[in-house]
Amino acid sequence: MLAAAAVEMHELVSRILARHKKDPSSLIPVLQDLQDELRYLPKDCLTMVAHGLGISPATVYGVATFYAQFSLEPKGKYVIRICDGTACHVRGSSPLYQAICKRVQLEDGRATSANGLFTVETVACLGACVLAPVAMINDKVYGQMTPEAINIILDELEKEEEASDHICKTAS
Amino acid sequence: MITSARQLADWEQKYKLALARAAAQIVVCAGPGCAASGSKAVYERLKEELMRRGSHVTVDYLLENGTPSTSGVVALESGCQGFCQKGPLVRVEPEGILYTKVQPEDVPELLDAVLQGTVLERLLYHDPSTGQVYTNEKDIPFYRDQIRIALQNCGAIDPEDIRAYIARGGYQGLARALAMDSSAVIAELEQAHLRGRGGGGFPAARKWAIAAAQEGPEKYLICNGDEGDPGAFMDRSIMEGDPHSVIEGMVIAGYAIGASQGFIYVRAEYPLAVQRMQKAVRAANEWGLLGENILDSGFAFQIAIKQGAGAFVCGEETALIASIEGQRGMPRPKPPFPSVAGLWKKPTVINNVETLANVPRVLRQGAQWFRKVGTSASPGTKTFALAGDVANTGLIEVPMGLSIRDIVYKIGGGLRSGGELKAVQIGGPSGGCLPSELLDIPLDFDSLQGVGAMIGSGGLVVMGQNTCMVEVARFFMQFIQAESCGKCVFCREGTLQMLEILEKITKGHGTLADLDSLTELGQAIKLGSLCGLGKSAPNPVLSTLEHFRSEYIAHIVEKRCPAGQCQALRRYTIDPGRCRGCSRCVRTCPAEAIAGTAGRPYVIDQTKCLRCGACVDSCKFQAIEVTA
Ligand SMILES: Cc1cc2nc3c(=O)[nH]c(=O)nc-3n(C[C@H](O)[C@H](O)[C@H](O)COP(=O)(O)O)c2cc1C
Ligand code: FES
Repeated sequence: MLAAAAVEMHELVSRILARHKKDPSSLIPVLQDLQDELRYLPKDCLTMVAHGLGISPATVYGVATFYAQFSLEPKGKYVIRICDGTACHVRGSSPLYQAICKRVQLEDGRATSANGLFTVETVACLGACVLAPVAMINDKVYGQMTPEAINIILDELEKEEEASDHICKTAS
Repeated sequence: MITSARQLADWEQKYKLALARAAAQIVVCAGPGCAASGSKAVYERLKEELMRRGSHVTVDYLLENGTPSTSGVVALESGCQGFCQKGPLVRVEPEGILYTKVQPEDVPELLDAVLQGTVLERLLYHDPSTGQVYTNEKDIPFYRDQIRIALQNCGAIDPEDIRAYIARGGYQGLARALAMDSSAVIAELEQAHLRGRGGGGFPAARKWAIAAAQEGPEKYLICNGDEGDPGAFMDRSIMEGDPHSVIEGMVIAGYAIGASQGFIYVRAEYPLAVQRMQKAVRAANEWGLLGENILDSGFAFQIAIKQGAGAFVCGEETALIASIEGQRGMPRPKPPFPSVAGLWKKPTVINNVETLANVPRVLRQGAQWFRKVGTSASPGTKTFALAGDVANTGLIEVPMGLSIRDIVYKIGGGLRSGGELKAVQIGGPSGGCLPSELLDIPLDFDSLQGVGAMIGSGGLVVMGQNTCMVEVARFFMQFIQAESCGKCVFCREGTLQMLEILEKITKGHGTLADLDSLTELGQAIKLGSLCGLGKSAPNPVLSTLEHFRSEYIAHIVEKRCPAGQCQALRRYTIDPGRCRGCSRCVRTCPAEAIAGTAGRPYVIDQTKCLRCGACVDSCKFQAIEVTA
């Protein structure tokens, strides 16, 4: 089972590497593609990428940890981004952030909930300052958020998840 | 495929005539603000309704069918029209009628009006202060003092249709440039005195001339679309709303400096901008406006798109170059300047999105035309993202030299809260907070520098009396501290020190000596940092210390936040007379600080209370009292 997963990952990395020039300047685009597919960058992948591009694993690791977009830990199915740009900040993004962390039960310092469903991040300006404070869940933007409104949205997402879980279980 | 200036002009005419055959064009704004308030549903409903009535017509149909047809209506989605506050916006052309806050259910009535040639007054803009109703967009106070050069097409055309861009004179600046000697192109730009809109205000022609003078065939042009300033979305709006203006500007710049490869570096948080730019690059290639032998001039130029990966410092030009090369985005010392040795050590010009979007207009209409707008030292216009406590938030473009007061009160319609203005934050984390006494300063590159602020990229956040200036300073310092790349000790450690002091003050533990430490640290960081991030990092603190010192002192001496915003200095209590014991607040409190028995008044445990205020919003009986 483990070996199969390793083979699969190797294939994925090779497929992504094949799309790019074998050149150090391809490093960031390769990592971006990988992260798109896996929602995070497993450590083993980083070494494979280093071999593939002919650079040292330390360089790859250095780049992967420098940029905020990359995550070395798995992200949740729903990535909740609370805008903490200037406009949102002055209109109350901090209470919103605190409320969400509490709602999805984040444990000390972690960004992803224990059930792997939610990751909570802050971001500087989503470009919808008019609707401050703004939150984004995966690709959808929600404006004029309040702790109560976001709780309702999260309730709905959880309900959907439970329903689809249920369908999977009864189907199998 | 277009191979000559002549063909461009023909296409412009052809497309214009086709559009003129439609009874009307209905332009639904699909900019970030309007999209978030539901413009997509409005557009879908509009198309459905047009189809149902048999009055839907596409531009393609009009182009293919020469016969006049004045019954059909063209519906399209545009980039940001600017007046985000009143979105979703719908504009009816050719009259220029602007409808605000349009909902899907308004569509049938709106269409009736369009087809009958009347106006639907209910959805027009009503000025809240005068009660006046405006039919035409251009008469509305928000738009009246604006001049659109960089944003001329943004919000007016379908950004995914290159023909719509050509129909507005697009690529004619390029045609004119390619007919000139490359040095003459630089001379034209020099005369226009176009200064960089990315923050520094460095004359574009000077950079171009240096790069053009370098030997060797390999040179690069980079468009900086990183826009990391929190509270700014102008470059995003241009890339999403008028991507071809950026491409045209890049090809002209490439021709002027002798580069054949360009890169657009777009911030990771802007997926739609990436998509739009990619699509526009493909279209320009298909139409022969990118690629080999552009407009039969022999000049070849390619554009590749690079996505940022979430690092503010990568907006700095040398860090951006490192990022494209596949390294950690760390700035390096200058000189050598990128225009001498930049990307892969080759001469490289980096210009901001808005700078490049201005270039085609300068070339098409000439330097003299451009200089008629703005001031003599800063000609042209500047775009701003107007946000915060202002009645009309949105995207604006104004002539350089307009005062901040005019922007806030004439265009912005004053404060949303109706209260008095406390400060205007300009230039984001590199800029400063200006008090109301300084509102008459003209907005141009040089005037602001004198008062410790800068135009920066153009984020303009209006703050009312309930914004705490110490907290604002802390907010920016936290941002910078997290984004410092860590290379320079002063920037890395100094910003952390400043942040800790600011946190102490906002929690009520500061001392008066801390204020001197802040000033001293700020000056040291300015001197000891390599790049603009560190050099400007102390600005928000230093400018608030200068203009709002009394607020710092109130936090320190009286342990009081005059704006009532600093949470640690607030106290929340429940008025037992009003509390009905409904337990709503108990469920809302993120800290589980509220306890009691249902039906009886609840009590807040002050040691657990985070002072977030969530309970205040949840209480239906206004039983929670806040003391600053
Ligand atoms: C920390 C930092 C962040 C910057 N961010 C941006 C940015 O997001 N966009 C931008 O165009 N310029 C940014 N700049 C300025 C660029 O370094 C550079 O001056 C600019 O892109 C040049 O273009 P211009 O001459 O057309 O303005 C930043 C500078 C610093 C120091
Ligand atoms: S500051 Fe939040 S969207 Fe701009």
